[in-house]
Amino acid sequence: MEPRVVITGMGVVAPNATDLTSFLKAIRNGESGIEFHQNLKDLNFSCCIGGIPDISEEHKRRYFSDLELRGFDSSGILYGVIAGMDAWNDAGLSSANDEVDYDTGMVFGTGTSGVDKFRDAVYKLDEGKVKRLGSTAVIQTMASGVTAYLGGKLGLGNQVTTNSSACTTGTEALLMGFDRIKSGKATRMLVGSCSDHGPYIWGGFDAMRVMTYKHNDSPEAASRPMSETASGFVPGSGAGALVLETLESALNRGATIYAEVLGGNVNSGGQRKGGTMTAPNSEAVQRCISDALKEAGVTPKQIDAINGHLTATTKDPVEIENWTKALQRKGDDFPYINSLKSHVGHCLAAAGSIECVATVLQLKHQFLFPNRNCEDVHPEISKQINPNQIVTESKSLSLSHIAKASFGFGDVNGCIIFKSYNS
Amino acid sequence: MTREELIQSLKKIVEPYVQDQEAFQNLSEETDFINDLKINSANLVDVILDVEDEFDIEIDNDAMEKMLSVKAALDIIESKLSS
Repeated sequence: MEPRVVITGMGVVAPNATDLTSFLKAIRNGESGIEFHQNLKDLNFSCCIGGIPDISEEHKRRYFSDLELRGFDSSGILYGVIAGMDAWNDAGLSSANDEVDYDTGMVFGTGTSGVDKFRDAVYKLDEGKVKRLGSTAVIQTMASGVTAYLGGKLGLGNQVTTNSSACTTGTEALLMGFDRIKSGKATRMLVGSCSDHGPYIWGGFDAMRVMTYKHNDSPEAASRPMSETASGFVPGSGAGALVLETLESALNRGATIYAEVLGGNVNSGGQRKGGTMTAPNSEAVQRCISDALKEAGVTPKQIDAINGHLTATTKDPVEIENWTKALQRKGDDFPYINSLKSHVGHCLAAAGSIECVATVLQLKHQFLFPNRNCEDVHPEISKQINPNQIVTESKSLSLSHIAKASFGFGDVNGCIIFKSYNS
Repeated sequence: MTREELIQSLKKIVEPYVQDQEAFQNLSEETDFINDLKINSANLVDVILDVEDEFDIEIDNDAMEKMLSVKAALDIIESKLSS
């Protein structure tokens, strides 16, 4: 029989909180992590706001040695290592020995790694100073840099890899780890994703005009998923991490169990039937959700709430339509729905994992966090669902199943079904 | 610069990379960077960059390959400084 898979530890570094306890408080209270950034304005960005986690030097030094911090300039690896180690410690696991843990692996994704470090390297290279790159350029700019750092710190001996699927990355990482445990190849997997911050990662999106330029003077009101006045996403950054393990292993070591992962699905729309490099094929999105339910063995009726992808672009009503079709539920019958992007913006490759952490916290603590900035629900959404199903104030209630989905450039989709765990 | 002064400068340069503090306390000309000080071999290129900066010299690939001990480093630095 395939093992059941549960979540026993979590870590998060988000624009509105940099540890799990403060993150729980922040999302309950609907705290925004979006701020104005003068450097974006100086560089002529249309969108001069964004979400950057506030990590002090002292905070860094709890996770990295002085030597590691020499020439260190990769914000994604910074966030990923902090979130990953926090999840590991939160799970009650230790890393302070010389043994290799061959039963535990890691899938930790990213979009690009160390973009600031890479910029610095390119300048040196173009000046003919290749030697000046030293030993630090490769490990900080290779995509798998974050897993390389974490794997060494934790002594993991199973598969240790980095996945990349744009804004689906974090959700996909969780499902890849889940599959590895289900197939019996690992007992425990650290999963998550991270994303750098700053102009060199966000610039391309600004150029595509997909980020909002209307809220430079009102950053906290800028990220408006499902709102009629949503005018583009707000860029964010950070990392989320979760420890997955077999139920048997968790019970044997008396670990805290946050929730169970029942199953999920990843697919692609093939950039056909309306799908493009940047827009989803709706048929594939619906299929991804339906197949996730099938794999999890739950019916659409059992879904109590949805944690959407919902980026605050004009495409939000299409996502709602896809949910209504996939679940065959609309109007008053539609599940509760919210989007963490209203708090932290769109954390790109880190979005899926940070949002998974938020989703699991909701199940563990039996509440739904408020979706900020949705006092003016988009009419194309209120035509499809009762607007009261959009959670706008923190709500305590009994929750059993939550569906979490992410969609990314390249027409890729991911959907996970989480269930609350009762011993 | 005397040999002793050079050793003191070199000590300051290698200190951040050293993984064996006891060997570092007993550093002498015979000390080997990798075997004694347990410096990660990948970090040797960083030590050399720091040496170049400190003494305003350039260390070529051939010299770099030989720079595995305090003695070898001192010899190379001295020869570069005098040339």
